[in-house]
Amino acid sequence: MKRWLFAVALVGCGDNVSDESCAIDGAMCKHLSSWNLFDDIAAQQPAAGVIPYDLNTPLFSDYATKDRFIRLPEGQQAHWTADGVIDLPVGSVLVKTFSYLHDRRDASLGKDLIETRVLVHGESGWHGSSYLYGDSRDDAQLAIAGAIVDTSWIHDDGSQRTNSYVVPNQNQCKNCHAEHDSVLTPLGPKARHVQPERLQALVDAGALADAPPADQWPTPIVSLDYAGHTPTGTLDQRARQWLDINCSYCHNPKGAARTSGLFLDWDETDMAKVGLCKSPVATGRGSGGLSYDISPGQPDQSIIVFRMSSTEPEIRMPELGRNLVHEEGVALVREWIGAMQGSCAR
Amino acid sequence: MRVVGLGLFSVVLAILSGCGSDPCEGVSGTCIGLEEGASGTDVQTALIEVSPNSTIAFGEGTFNFAVDLSLDVDNVTIIGQGMDATVLSFKNQQSGAQGLLVTGDHFTIRDIAIEDTPGDALKLEGVDGVNIINTRVEWTGGPKETNGAYGLYPVQCKDVVIDGCVVKGASDAGVYVGQSDYIVVRNNRAEQNVAGIEIENSTRADVHDNTSTKNTGGILVFNLPGLEVENGAVTRVFHNQIFDNNTVNFAPSGNIVGLVPTGTGMAAIAAHQVEIFDNDIHDHKSINVGIISYVPTGKPVDDPTYDQYPTAISIHDNRISGTSDMPTEQLSALLISAIGEILPNGPFIVPDIAWDGVLDPNRTYTEADKICISGNGDADFINLAWPLNEGAVPSQDIVPHACTLTALAGVDLP
Repeated sequence: MKRWLFAVALVGCGDNVSDESCAIDGAMCKHLSSWNLFDDIAAQQPAAGVIPYDLNTPLFSDYATKDRFIRLPEGQQAHWTADGVIDLPVGSVLVKTFSYLHDRRDASLGKDLIETRVLVHGESGWHGSSYLYGDSRDDAQLAIAGAIVDTSWIHDDGSQRTNSYVVPNQNQCKNCHAEHDSVLTPLGPKARHVQPERLQALVDAGALADAPPADQWPTPIVSLDYAGHTPTGTLDQRARQWLDINCSYCHNPKGAARTSGLFLDWDETDMAKVGLCKSPVATGRGSGGLSYDISPGQPDQSIIVFRMSSTEPEIRMPELGRNLVHEEGVALVREWIGAMQGSCAR
Repeated sequence: MRVVGLGLFSVVLAILSGCGSDPCEGVSGTCIGLEEGASGTDVQTALIEVSPNSTIAFGEGTFNFAVDLSLDVDNVTIIGQGMDATVLSFKNQQSGAQGLLVTGDHFTIRDIAIEDTPGDALKLEGVDGVNIINTRVEWTGGPKETNGAYGLYPVQCKDVVIDGCVVKGASDAGVYVGQSDYIVVRNNRAEQNVAGIEIENSTRADVHDNTSTKNTGGILVFNLPGLEVENGAVTRVFHNQIFDNNTVNFAPSGNIVGLVPTGTGMAAIAAHQVEIFDNDIHDHKSINVGIISYVPTGKPVDDPTYDQYPTAISIHDNRISGTSDMPTEQLSALLISAIGEILPNGPFIVPDIAWDGVLDPNRTYTEADKICISGNGDADFINLAWPLNEGAVPSQDIVPHACTLTALAGVDLP
């Protein structure tokens, strides 16, 4: 179920949409259908050449479910690069549809489509926007200024849940996807993040070149039960993977949270930068009266846990894309900090 | 509803039938007008679709927002009809860590107010060219821990001017310039914040002709560890009115400003090359001027490049008065024990200028590194010899600091 609080469609007023084209550069086209990504938008049935993929550990988005697709420019391939990034050629399109299952215990009961985000690799870099589903499931409309959508569903535990889901505006897309100076980059498709069977499907389809043999692929880390995949890796790996996916798009040396000095990317080896005994900087109420981002052995004394557990806009982390608490993620990070030895005494 | 339609003509988005005049009136060049009643979506759309070298003009009245706003276009000016006439209110904000986030270069905002953001009011990140003029930021319920942290908050910016602004009620700093370079903060009024004006991990700042009063601390210059930009230096603090900063510290604990003793006039913490001159500093319960290392914070420093000891601090030709006999919080214990050492039989009077006395054991101090204090009338001094139990003796002898440093150069903005 969903209800619209404010969602001003930016089309209309005489725009002639019938002949719009969706060039890879310039303004985004007004309708999702104009991208020709789906044979059936309502069923999220991709068109030929639009390849579904999925991640080992997804970003938490208020318990929305996501359908992900890649479309490569005709006749071209993605390349597996030495550092594990899947290099997508100019003209590539990444597509992600956010939905709420009616009942999270049974996906067959259907879902409400909320938005589809389209990220395009243009000549001058990546750019993107969100398309909002209104009352119609057959198409979605460009919403550069975002929206708030009231949603409700039956949760994993059978309880009725609600959310005022925030569709990001175009600047907020950049806030997460951009590095210094607004170079928009895709977040998902590093080889180590993509589920191996989906990687294999990309290879088999001839869409991914230069992949090493499958036995040399990075070990997938599944932080939490997800889409039928059971968790893999050590506690440290699972927690760091969760933080990498959920935090490091800002908390890295080039990201929007570079000013905080807290770096939560997978590759960061300096635990002081990961938050161990690190004093907060410009945190305000986000400190929760606590002294350190991570106080070893003391999840209740750790600012990271405090902020992950809050729903207040000036306290919660991540700042964007979340109103609700990711209960399973909090439990994982609590367990990780709880298992740490030592203290922060100077 | 379309907001665009630019060109040589200004376009007014009149949602409610206009009772005011055209917000773009008198603006040269391309201008998008937004009248009272414009929705958050209208405003955010304007902020995304605005073209470089344009103005977004808000009319008189109050504009309410449920989510934060952001601007990532270069060379944009935002204007209102005056800091008391045009209010962007975030009282009902549900989402977003700040009111307005700016990441576009060469940004100007003027003649407008931002009120009651749950988080920071105006944050500017990585902006080259910041002009914040005649802008008011206020938490209208007075000083409270639940107020947002920062009022005007440029971080990792370059060429920053904050001029003629008023900031009231921030639970961290009213004006906060962090990790930035080439900064002028002048003619502002900071009131009822925890820190009135704060220059942190920044280089080349001129802070002058401001009034900072009724905060917990008036003006702070400091360096913190563990940041991308650190060991900031070269700050001039001059010709300011810094008085009666005795509002009880209301910062959420855990924050560094939570350690600022209520009743602090001016503090330089782990700061380098700071020249404090020609200021009126008076009537502070704890201390008029403090020079402190990062050591007494008790916080660990896991950062080999961070210099936690103040160097090259010059305090000269200020008018300092209003001696206190009731220091507060952490400093209180330090002062009371130190003064007790010197004057076991009283009277208990806090000197105007205090230094924690902590020196870098690995540094050979030169004349140019010293803390120099001169020409401040009868302002008195104490070396707190922190921590007392390690042999050093507190002293009120100012003679070791009777020196002058070469005057710092002023900030030249492009």
